[in-house]
Amino acid sequence: MTGHSAQMLDRLGYGETLIHRLDPRAKTLATLAFILTVVSFPKYSVAPLVPFAIYPLVFVILGQIPASVILKRTAAVSPFAVLVGIFNPLLDTAPMVRVAGVDVSGGWISFISILLRFTLTVSAALALIATTSFPRICQGLDALRVPRAFIVQMLFLYRYLFVLIEEAVRLKRARDLRRFGQRTGLRPRVAAALIGVLFLRTYERAERIYLAMCARGFDGHVRLARRLHFARTDLAFLVFSVAGCLALRVVPVVHWLGRLGESLL
Amino acid sequence: MHMADALLSPTVGTSFIAVSGSLVVYSAHRLARQPDERRVPLMGVFGAFVFAAQMINFTIPGTGSSGHLGGGMLLAMLLGPYAAFLVIASVLVVQSLFFLDGGVLALGTNIFNLGVWPCFLGLLIYRAVAGRRPHRWHGRLAREGSHGQDAHATPLRLWLATLVAVVASLELGALSVVLQTLLSRRSDLPFGRFAALMMGIHLPIALVEGAITATVVQYVWALRPTLFGAGQMHEQAAGSASARRETLVPVLISFLATTILLACVVAWFASPRPDGLEWSLAAVQEGRSATESSPLPLLERVQRKIALMPDYEFRRAADNESRGAGQTESGGESWPNVRVGTSLAGLLGAALTFVLICLVAAVLYWFRRHRGKSSA
Repeated sequence: MTGHSAQMLDRLGYGETLIHRLDPRAKTLATLAFILTVVSFPKYSVAPLVPFAIYPLVFVILGQIPASVILKRTAAVSPFAVLVGIFNPLLDTAPMVRVAGVDVSGGWISFISILLRFTLTVSAALALIATTSFPRICQGLDALRVPRAFIVQMLFLYRYLFVLIEEAVRLKRARDLRRFGQRTGLRPRVAAALIGVLFLRTYERAERIYLAMCARGFDGHVRLARRLHFARTDLAFLVFSVAGCLALRVVPVVHWLGRLGESLL
Repeated sequence: MHMADALLSPTVGTSFIAVSGSLVVYSAHRLARQPDERRVPLMGVFGAFVFAAQMINFTIPGTGSSGHLGGGMLLAMLLGPYAAFLVIASVLVVQSLFFLDGGVLALGTNIFNLGVWPCFLGLLIYRAVAGRRPHRWHGRLAREGSHGQDAHATPLRLWLATLVAVVASLELGALSVVLQTLLSRRSDLPFGRFAALMMGIHLPIALVEGAITATVVQYVWALRPTLFGAGQMHEQAAGSASARRETLVPVLISFLATTILLACVVAWFASPRPDGLEWSLAAVQEGRSATESSPLPLLERVQRKIALMPDYEFRRAADNESRGAGQTESGGESWPNVRVGTSLAGLLGAALTFVLICLVAAVLYWFRRHRGKSSA
C-alpha cells in the first residue's frame, strides 16, 4: 500500500479521453453490473469467463491506461484470493475433465475460475478509478442518492489523504534516521508513540481546517457542485455494457465457437 | 487483506451491500439529527489518518512478522459509533478504489466485517467493561461532577476494556469473512479448519492492536485529556437514559442478524459428517489405488461416503448445475454418472475467443490513434 501508486492512479483519473468523459454514474453502474455478472458464474466455469475481458480492455485501450499499472496492481493485491483459492485443488480432487489424456480435478478448474474472476473484477475496478477522478465518482454517487454526509466524508478523506500519508512518511523517516541502521523492526511501543503523535497532529490539523473553513464562511452545510449531464452516449454505453454482460452470461458463445472450431478441424 | 470479489457469490455480495448500505444511511441519519459542524473536517481528516497510521508497521513480538493498526476501535472511541462507522466505510471505499484492497462488490462485506463489529459491538463492550464515562477516570485525575459511578476505572481496567473490545471485534470480523466465503460456495475450504485458521491468526494480531490502541489512547490522554469526550458529548447532552436506549437499536439489529445467520450455518452443518479435510484425504487415498482403472468406481465410492450427509441432496443439485455449465461435453447429466469426457469444445472455444479479443484490441488501438490524429 504505497502512496505513490495511489497518486499515479489518482492522476490517471484526470485524463481527457473518450472514456474519461463518460458520465461517472454510467461507468459506476456498468462496472457494478459487470462484476455482478462475473461472480454469478457457477463455481466450475472457466471458458465462459474469457469474453468478459473485453470490458476492461476497452477501458484500458481507449482510456490510455498503461498496461504496467494494471498488471502490477492486480498482482499486488492477489495474495488473499490466491491463498484461499489454492486450497481448492488440494481439497477437491475428483477428476472432472480430461485434457490431452491427463485427468484434471475439479479443484484446479475452480481455482482457475477464481483466478479469472479475480483478474476480471480487479481490472474492472482499476479501469473505473483510472478513467474517473475520485471527485467525479463522488459526484456520480451523490446523484445516485448516496447520503450526503457520506459523500462529504469521502471527499474530505480524499482531500487530505496524500497530505497525511506524507506526514506519516516524515515521521517514519525521522525515526529511521535515529535508528543507526538497526535491522530489527519497529517495536510496538515505539509504533504506538508514533501513532499517538500522528493522532495529535491530525487532531490539531482538523481544528485548523475547521477554523479556515469558518473564516471562509462555513456554516455547517457543505454544498456540492452539480455539473453532471447524462447524455445519449452515456445511456448508450450503459445499456450496451449491461446488455453485453447479460448476453455473455446467458448465451454460451465460447461453447459455440468451440463447436465451430471443432467442425472446421 | 480484505475480501475479494472473486470469492463471493452475487447473493452474498448484494445482501451485504444492502446491510452495510442501510447502516450507512442510518448512521448518516443519526448524525444529521445532532449536527456538529466541527465534526465534518474531523471525520474527514481522521479517515486520512487511518491510512497514514497503517503505514507505520511494527513487528509483532514473538512471530517476527509485521503488522499495522486497523484503527476501527480507535476511531470509535474518538468519534462515537455512527461517525466512526461512516469514516471506516469511506476508508474502505478509498482502499477498494485506489489500492484495490478489497473488491467493489465486496465493499458490503468489508464494511460489515471491519466497521460494524468495532463501531457498534466493540464500543459497547468497551463502555461496559470500562464504565459509562471512562474518559473521566483516565489517568489519576477524577473530574469534577463524578457521580460516584465506576470509581474503580483504573488505567488497568481501561487497558483491559480496550483489549477485550478489540479482540472481540477482530475475531468476529474474521469469523464473518469465513462465513461469507462459505456461503458463497466458490471455495472448497471446510468451515471448521478455515474458521480455526482465520480466528487463530487474528488473535495475536488483535492482542497487539488492542495493546497499541490502548497505548495510543493513554498517550493522547496524557497530552490532551478532553479529546475522547468529543464523540460522547452529544449523547450526554441529549440525556443519558434516552441516549442509552437509542444507541442499542442498531446493535440489537446487528445482533439479531448475526444470530440468525449463525443459526442457519450451524443447522446446515449440524450433522455427523467427517471433517472436510479428513474426508478429502480419504478420497485421495482411495483414488490413488484406482487411477489405472476408470474413474467411475472412485466416484461411486466417494458418492457412497457422502450419502450419509444430510445436505447431500442440496449439494448434489448445486454441483450438478455448476458442473453442467462447465467444460464437460456431457452437459447436465446427474453427478454420480458424470462422464469424464473431453473438453475440446471448451478449450477450443476459449482459444478462439482469445484470438477474437486480440482482434478487438487491435481495432480499438487503431480507433484510438485515428481519433487522436483527427482531433489534433
